[in-house]
Amino acid sequence: MRRVAITGIGVFASPGRDAETFFCTLLSARSAIRRIQHWDPSTLSVQIAAEVPDYTPTDYFPAKRLDLLDRFTQFGLLAAREALKSSGLEVSEEERERFGVVMGTGMGGAETFDRNFYNLYAKNETRLHPFTIPKVMHNAVTSQICMEFGAQGPALAICTACSSAGHAIGEAFHSIKYDMADIMLAGGSDAPITYSMLRSWESVRVLATGNGDASHACRPFSADREGMVLGEGAAVLVLEEWERARKRGAKIYAELAGYGLSSDACHITQPSVTGPARAIRMALAEAGANPEDVGYINAHGTGTRLNDAVETQVVKEVFKDHARRLAMSSTKSMHGHVMGATGAVELAATVMAVDRGMIPPTANYTRPDPECDLDCVPNEAREQPVKVAISNSFAFGGLNAVLLVRRFG
Amino acid sequence: MNIEDKVIEIITREQHLEPGLVKPDSTFAELGIDSLDGVNILFALEQEFKIDIPDSIAQNMRSVGQVSDALTRVIEGKDVSDLVAMAKGNGSGSGS
Repeated sequence: MRRVAITGIGVFASPGRDAETFFCTLLSARSAIRRIQHWDPSTLSVQIAAEVPDYTPTDYFPAKRLDLLDRFTQFGLLAAREALKSSGLEVSEEERERFGVVMGTGMGGAETFDRNFYNLYAKNETRLHPFTIPKVMHNAVTSQICMEFGAQGPALAICTACSSAGHAIGEAFHSIKYDMADIMLAGGSDAPITYSMLRSWESVRVLATGNGDASHACRPFSADREGMVLGEGAAVLVLEEWERARKRGAKIYAELAGYGLSSDACHITQPSVTGPARAIRMALAEAGANPEDVGYINAHGTGTRLNDAVETQVVKEVFKDHARRLAMSSTKSMHGHVMGATGAVELAATVMAVDRGMIPPTANYTRPDPECDLDCVPNEAREQPVKVAISNSFAFGGLNAVLLVRRFG
Repeated sequence: MNIEDKVIEIITREQHLEPGLVKPDSTFAELGIDSLDGVNILFALEQEFKIDIPDSIAQNMRSVGQVSDALTRVIEGKDVSDLVAMAKGNGSGSGS
């Protein structure tokens, strides 16, 4: 059976514009959540988010190219550039048909949509810009990455809300495992911090307001947690067929060894215990791993009352007594909920944790909640070797994705 | 500024080209303007002149001269049926 190595990592998100800075910020337990800067949020009840700070698109793209790139596509391209560079890969002309891309996004070109709707409904304009469709479509990021790097193999855009990137990486993993490709760029990107998105989320009543203290707003697993915080950014991993990676002497960050997916089929927003539990078991089974092998879980851990309590039950259900021995942190406390990119951002953190033996903490933890009584690595990173780790993504709509990575060497 | 100058200015701006590069006799092919760039330029012209350029004419624009000519006639309310007939014989679009 073909195995899959992770040989490159790229992150462009609020805690850092590269994987190293991103991971160091997480290890220092510093939250990137702050008052929204790139437009005026003063009329909203929720005025905070995890933005990429001081981002200037023209620092990265020529003007002509930018005309066709929504913010979410820009982030995806930037993460893909770093991922490929860090892998040291050179894809030959002959290999291009075995080189593919799978990206997840929840909201697609949200900023372009917002601007156009404003022009249409508020300014009564009757024409919309002809680049609207090529910018807003959810596959724009996949296609732009394919075009920039000449990837002509399997390519998909996955749209399963907060599990999008988890599913994207899982599907890319299988396309190598089942011999449809040798190299895949896989991840997710989202830029959902727009006025209409904030208004839409505000009305679901799951967002934390921060009460004037933005950086401590997101407190997963804490008794006083008050909700999630939207984030933006992208992460992309280079997945490579194991023998190919070995032969060229590539740095292998970890083996991507298991992928589980399931549907709750019960409620459009409330999570279940059985659906996510099945996804975790499926990932363990594919990897041939025992529950006791798992040392770290990067939790979905949104910071809402319901998610964190249910996720705790899920982990107890699957891992039984071992649940109390493993570490389970939520890095969303620092990078926010990056929607369709979040599974990739969190897998990047998971892979770096496994590679370096450093577990990122759950920041902003204040006091225990009896319903969330597992070890959430509160407030301080932990130096601890991890043999096997999983990353959970449980989406609105009840679609779950779980990825399992195994330490190399 | 006459219509042709304005067309050149808009094409230069929308394509992010060096000033002076676009000439009255430049073709879209020479300027590297593809079908998607073409609709973008038409959109900019429509916004600038506050007019509607019919699809039937728009499809046939392949050079700066053709754009200026068609635009002049649309703006001045002249008969454009020959342009429409020419476009029908051509029948290209920008795909899906």
